[in-house]
Amino acid sequence: MSTVLTTPEAPGRRSLTELLTGGSRARRLIWLIGGAVVVLAAVRLISGENDLTSSSTMSAALLLAVPIGLAALGGLFSERAGVVNIGLEGMMILGTWGAGWAGYQWGWEAALLGGVLFGALGGLLHALATVTFGVDHVISGVAINILAAGIARFLSELLYTDNPAGGGVTQSPALSSKPPTVSLPILSSGPDLLGKVEQHHWFLISDVAGVLRGVTNNVGVLTVLAVLLIPASYLLLWRTAFGLRLRSCGENPWAADTLGVAVYRTKYIAVVISGALAGMGGVFLVFIAGIYRENQTGGRGFIGLAALIFGNWRPGGLAVGASLFGYSDALQLRSPAAVVALLLLVAVLLAYLTVTQAMKGNVLQSAIAGVIAVAALIGFLTIDVLPPGIVSFTPHLTTLLVLSLASQRLRPPQADGLVYRRGES
Amino acid sequence: VSRLRRLGPALFAPVLAVIVAVLISSAVMAALQVNPLKVFEVMVDFGQTPSQQITALVVIVNRAIPLFLAGLAVAVAFRMNLFNIGVEGQYRLATIIAAAAGAAVSLPAPVHVVFIVVVAMLVAALWAGLVAVLKVTRGVSEVISSIMLNFVALGLASYLLTGPFRGSAPASNIVSTSQIPESGWVPSLNWIFDALGLANPPRQLYGFLILAAVVGVAISVLLNRTRFGYDLRASGMSPSAASASGVNASGMVVKTMLLSGAVAGLIGLPDLLGATHAYTTNFTAGLGFLGIAVALLGRNKPGGIAFAALLFAFLDRALVPLQIAAFPASVVTIIQGTIVLAVVIANEVARRVTRRAAERGTAEAAAPTTGPTPGGSTDARQEVQA
Repeated sequence: MSTVLTTPEAPGRRSLTELLTGGSRARRLIWLIGGAVVVLAAVRLISGENDLTSSSTMSAALLLAVPIGLAALGGLFSERAGVVNIGLEGMMILGTWGAGWAGYQWGWEAALLGGVLFGALGGLLHALATVTFGVDHVISGVAINILAAGIARFLSELLYTDNPAGGGVTQSPALSSKPPTVSLPILSSGPDLLGKVEQHHWFLISDVAGVLRGVTNNVGVLTVLAVLLIPASYLLLWRTAFGLRLRSCGENPWAADTLGVAVYRTKYIAVVISGALAGMGGVFLVFIAGIYRENQTGGRGFIGLAALIFGNWRPGGLAVGASLFGYSDALQLRSPAAVVALLLLVAVLLAYLTVTQAMKGNVLQSAIAGVIAVAALIGFLTIDVLPPGIVSFTPHLTTLLVLSLASQRLRPPQADGLVYRRGES
Repeated sequence: VSRLRRLGPALFAPVLAVIVAVLISSAVMAALQVNPLKVFEVMVDFGQTPSQQITALVVIVNRAIPLFLAGLAVAVAFRMNLFNIGVEGQYRLATIIAAAAGAAVSLPAPVHVVFIVVVAMLVAALWAGLVAVLKVTRGVSEVISSIMLNFVALGLASYLLTGPFRGSAPASNIVSTSQIPESGWVPSLNWIFDALGLANPPRQLYGFLILAAVVGVAISVLLNRTRFGYDLRASGMSPSAASASGVNASGMVVKTMLLSGAVAGLIGLPDLLGATHAYTTNFTAGLGFLGIAVALLGRNKPGGIAFAALLFAFLDRALVPLQIAAFPASVVTIIQGTIVLAVVIANEVARRVTRRAAERGTAEAAAPTTGPTPGGSTDARQEVQA
């Protein structure tokens, strides 16, 4: 009797753990996102900060996640081909400038083209330095960041200071046309069913409605394009011969060379695509503002790089990373009070880390995580509103926290960052 | 002669880089219909009277001092293959906290200055130490974490300036910390001009120059003449070889970042203690990023960094004259950026040329018995000697 009872239970338990932690990446991702929504909904209910999952926060989060995601996607192409790309920020700056310059003259389509082209030029420069001349990748990237800021300033000073269309040393004239936006019919426009559900602030249901409405209401065409680029990149890199060759350059270029892959050319193509995508991220920022402004990128290229690392150099992972950073950025911009509620989330996550590290026997790390968790909890209970200087770095601090929680299980491409010279090992 | 031959490639790369950068930026300017010759003329024009010329020199040296310290901070980490991109945040946070601490205490003159210097070094070292701890305990790349900590540090600095450390009147235009009392100032070196019988300019030459020189020598001795320096350079060249010979890799990362941060803490002090005496909203920014460029141009050696800092300071001085002459002042940034890119490429080319020459040399010497040595080991040995 007992055997009959236990046999159905054992596979049942196995399939549950399988469901939660095993299985395909895609399934784990869905669980991760679902879990995040549930935790957020709970935190919203406890703290009473409805902005945590409101559709306006979510649509802002999407707007802020897209440029980070595009930069991260750019990093994916480059680093999968073995070239570390710290220069993403600079390529993004070039993209914003190109978009502003082409956009005020010929409208938004030209802005997209101009930004992508300028970003690609930055990528070409990085490829020239790292692939042809064998310069250290990080050094070349840093140099490109310095240079790109200088070029953008120089060109603006030259072309915009006495421009009858407007603009100045630090900004371009306004774009001459705005990119169109789309909404999902019935659910988030017209009758707006999701909007109505969201208004009730029901646990979980309203939260899900808020998230869905945020990402389907008044979405720009470039956003749609950017979201589609994520699965497209996956298909290109993991399901085509070109993708296999590109990744082989990042894992073992010497072996790739012996198999007849044109390593230098593949790396060039990858880094130029990388620059073009980062430039597109810049275009997106220009679309939001309707104008090119100096320092518009605000370090988003770097955050994109962090999203890539967080996402374990995979398209789905980097999309999650970009959403996370976009979300924390949106929260700090829209509702500084809601940032305090994030402290509760931090406390929960770090409490989890304290327990897991203690179980592994890492007393020091466990203690550090525990202290910070308690501090975050005290912060949540005592602070009403954080001062603006402190709120401004929410996304960066989130990046750091997430990386330090996740970093050890990540696996970069094997030959990432190594200078490859044909015929030398 | 052997000394000269060794100096040859070391000088070759930076000189070539500067020439290439000047040519490229001239081409860019010409393409955009700005006369490069006129721009360069403005850059080298130091004024008519001796007083004006010496003032220009003082401006250059004053600017070079923080650039030198920034380059040094970056170079210390570079020598063991660590990228301390966080110098910017480290010095900004250190400067504002040191400014507030210096204004809050009253001490006799020399002690007061030492106190401010120590506070700045400690704050920056701790901030850099965070990067090291995250790297060795959690495996977070120092590049990403130091960039993120830059944003956090700048946010904190702006919060401290507008919040708890605010010393200026609420209505005033420029927000600043309280003024540091005169016992905490570093006196200027302008007596040198009188002693040398030169025109004494109205601009004050920072007394911090002496401290910067001392730090430069100290770092040079530490890197080249001590066990710690040897371990540091060895870890940079071959982490596996270093740890095989008993160097604690994690410990070295932490110590190196603490040292790099401590030097970074000094960057803001020449301006703070020599001129402004308070941290304001428009306190000199961007020195950390320029420091990376300066370190690369100076090939991570204190002497080279000093030259690179002077060159960058010379370019920076031209900003105001260029604006007055109605030229785009950002030409300076373009030249600086091109120099950096050109110098890293030239360094790489020069390294390969010397390596090939060395391979030929060993091949000839050892040909009868063993044949050519593998490239890597020759190269590493050479770099240790250089």
